[in-house]
Amino acid sequence: MTGTPAIELRKINKRFGPVHANKDIDLVVGKGSIHGIIGENGAGKSTLMSILYGFYQADNGDILVDGKKVSIPDSKTAIALGIGMVHQHFMLVDTFTVLENVILGAEGAALLGGGVSKARKELSRLENDYGLKVDPDALIQDLPVGLQQRVEILKALYRGADILILDEPTGVLTPAEADHLFRILEVLRDQGKTVLLITHKLREIMAITDTVSVMRRGEMVATRKTSETSMPELAELMVGRSVLLQVEKKPAKPGKTVMKVDGLDVIDSRGVKVVKDVSFEVRAGEIVGIAGVSGNGQSELLETLAGIRKASKGTLWIDGDQSNLGETRIDPAEMRDKGLGHVPEDRHRMGLITKFAEYENSILGYHKDPKYAKGPFLDIPAIKANANAEIEKYDIRPPNCQLKTANFSGGNQQKVVLAREIERDPTVLLVGQPTRGVDIGAIEFIHKRLVELRDAGKGVLLVSVELDEIRSLADRVLVMFDGKIVGERGAQADEGELGLLMAGVEGDAR
Amino acid sequence: MFDILTLDSMVRVSAPLILACLAGLYSERSGVVDIGLEGKMLGAAFGAGAIAYLTANAWLGLLAGIAVAVVLALIHGFASITNRGNQIVSGVAINFLALGLTALLGQTWFRQGGRTPPLPEGGRFGSIELPFATEFANVPIVGQIYSELISGHNILVYIAFAMVPLTWWILFRTRFGLRLRAVGENPAAVDTAGISVTWLRYRAVIACGILCGVAGSYLSIAQSSGFIRDMAAGRGYIALAALIFAKWKPGNAMWACLLFGLLDAWAFRLQGQEIPGIGQVPVQFFQALPYILTVILLAGFIGKAIPPKASGEPYLKERT
Repeated sequence: MTGTPAIELRKINKRFGPVHANKDIDLVVGKGSIHGIIGENGAGKSTLMSILYGFYQADNGDILVDGKKVSIPDSKTAIALGIGMVHQHFMLVDTFTVLENVILGAEGAALLGGGVSKARKELSRLENDYGLKVDPDALIQDLPVGLQQRVEILKALYRGADILILDEPTGVLTPAEADHLFRILEVLRDQGKTVLLITHKLREIMAITDTVSVMRRGEMVATRKTSETSMPELAELMVGRSVLLQVEKKPAKPGKTVMKVDGLDVIDSRGVKVVKDVSFEVRAGEIVGIAGVSGNGQSELLETLAGIRKASKGTLWIDGDQSNLGETRIDPAEMRDKGLGHVPEDRHRMGLITKFAEYENSILGYHKDPKYAKGPFLDIPAIKANANAEIEKYDIRPPNCQLKTANFSGGNQQKVVLAREIERDPTVLLVGQPTRGVDIGAIEFIHKRLVELRDAGKGVLLVSVELDEIRSLADRVLVMFDGKIVGERGAQADEGELGLLMAGVEGDAR
Repeated sequence: MFDILTLDSMVRVSAPLILACLAGLYSERSGVVDIGLEGKMLGAAFGAGAIAYLTANAWLGLLAGIAVAVVLALIHGFASITNRGNQIVSGVAINFLALGLTALLGQTWFRQGGRTPPLPEGGRFGSIELPFATEFANVPIVGQIYSELISGHNILVYIAFAMVPLTWWILFRTRFGLRLRAVGENPAAVDTAGISVTWLRYRAVIACGILCGVAGSYLSIAQSSGFIRDMAAGRGYIALAALIFAKWKPGNAMWACLLFGLLDAWAFRLQGQEIPGIGQVPVQFFQALPYILTVILLAGFIGKAIPPKASGEPYLKERT
């Protein structure tokens, strides 16, 4: 890390209306290093990177690339300056081939012929230099996410990027794919490229970066050499107070079986069998975690159990009450009557109506409960009283039940859903991705709440793609791959082993 | 039902459908849904009819038709690209605007109940005899097809059919085409590649306007001699149906338009005639068939019609 830095930012400011997203940001990124930027959601990491990539303009401040002061009014300029970006949501055209995606915007001439053959040669060179192998004629929609991400990296390299920005790159990857990505990043660094890694995962920072900068509420609060810092220190810098990274919990005392699933098959709208002969049980006082890479049937499993999706076959017992899911769909309201609570994976699509006020959201699905309704009329004072009680108990901020939930942060929105479901006292709680897009502070709170629910003798079925979450919460872990449960492990299961199960490399004979 | 005359009339009916369908293809492939094909054709037909009458020059008429359609297309672009308005609403508004304005201006300027006066000599595109058409006329089948089906159309018919391979080539072999297809699927990908989404979509909308202009001009100064009220008569909607039927592909678009053109030709030929075993089939049945077929297609009975992913959605850089 000597010589001119690859990137230097001086006093960068950016406001969106009343929100001061970036406050006087200073940052120095050494050439040929992997520099991590860590911070909670909404800390301003993505905004800062978007400014660097020309997606937004800074209100004021200077950007220096290779020691020269530059202005980056658009992405085209950023690309010309040798800055490439791999976005969190891939910027790929699904119906295009790899090759078409790579040349888009860098076609060379008005006719495609020349650019295509040049790109073919260049891709095979990049494959040799960096070990980035992808079939150039494959359609993006047919590729697994890991390869799609590789196409994004290739796109940047094809445009001659020397500085590569990766925004939350591992969110969609299996642990094995993430390791592979890290190896690629190391190769890139060793060949003299500069890598900027944006993430909220402490483990990744520790595993791969040379230097780390921490952002909190729009400010750059610290920069450390990775070798001279630790996870607890970084977590404290991110949140501004010390946080427990691991939930404290006593060993589970499982009681009687409260939920049992036998031989469940689910066929989706495309006619593909997405859940295959799944059987398991959840006992009172335990958290059963379902691990797996996104898209291996966990979402469909959860939706079927919640009554949103119809199964093609299978039997379900809740507290001994048997229902045949293959014959009739039990709708979500009936499921709730049977004692099932559901915190859906996607709170925006299923958990909340974000345009409704908090108090309205606090009774969604329970609006017919005589506590909140008198015949066809809602008992607004009762609903608000209940909402205010929940706001207090779950520390939902801002504490105003009249506010639209769209105006709450991710963590507080999630608390609204969680409060609604937990306070109805379910026998079994289904929880999907409880901390997706949620800040560390709120994660701590949500995890504690789920453990408390367990200790109160309820059954919890937890579906999460965050392996750390599963490992720290679940008393038993079931791994799903390709619609099947391929393995079961106890609490604190070995991470590498789970990773292999999730990747479908090995499975228990079941 | 497949005699040369019927096929010949199919070609004539199909030509404006093909032009309008390809017009819609450019727009929708770029992510801008265009229900206003009808209005643009109508406006162009009026512009072409009026100018061709005043100048006695078909080419100037055609230019005027294109100009009117491009202006209407730009209005749609301004509403849906720049101001991110609802594209359906904007398209419907253009249809109403064209319907009312052509009748009003026609009546004000020419005082013939909204129509333009019959075109003078030179104001209309005449039919073109291809070389050796008369010589080949006596050769059975091949010669007949050449001289009666292929030869003897006006220039706009040939332009319409030439546009099919040209559009395919533009879409799949040029930089513009690649970007056009990309912006209709994922505008954010285009934006981050350093290409202006707005300018790209405007170009697509202008291309749509030009082709609609040719389609509309065909109606008033090639197929007929002069503009009459509501001359487009639903062809814009048929073209839109054909576009869906064709799954937004140029080659398919031609076949879909030919099929719909054939149905139209039959409707005309079979008017009042008994079909053995069925009896008289009302004209309306044939007129409704394109829509019925499209609905059946959309319901998933004939393959699957998947529109460009971003169609109908204005592009807005998200605020993180």
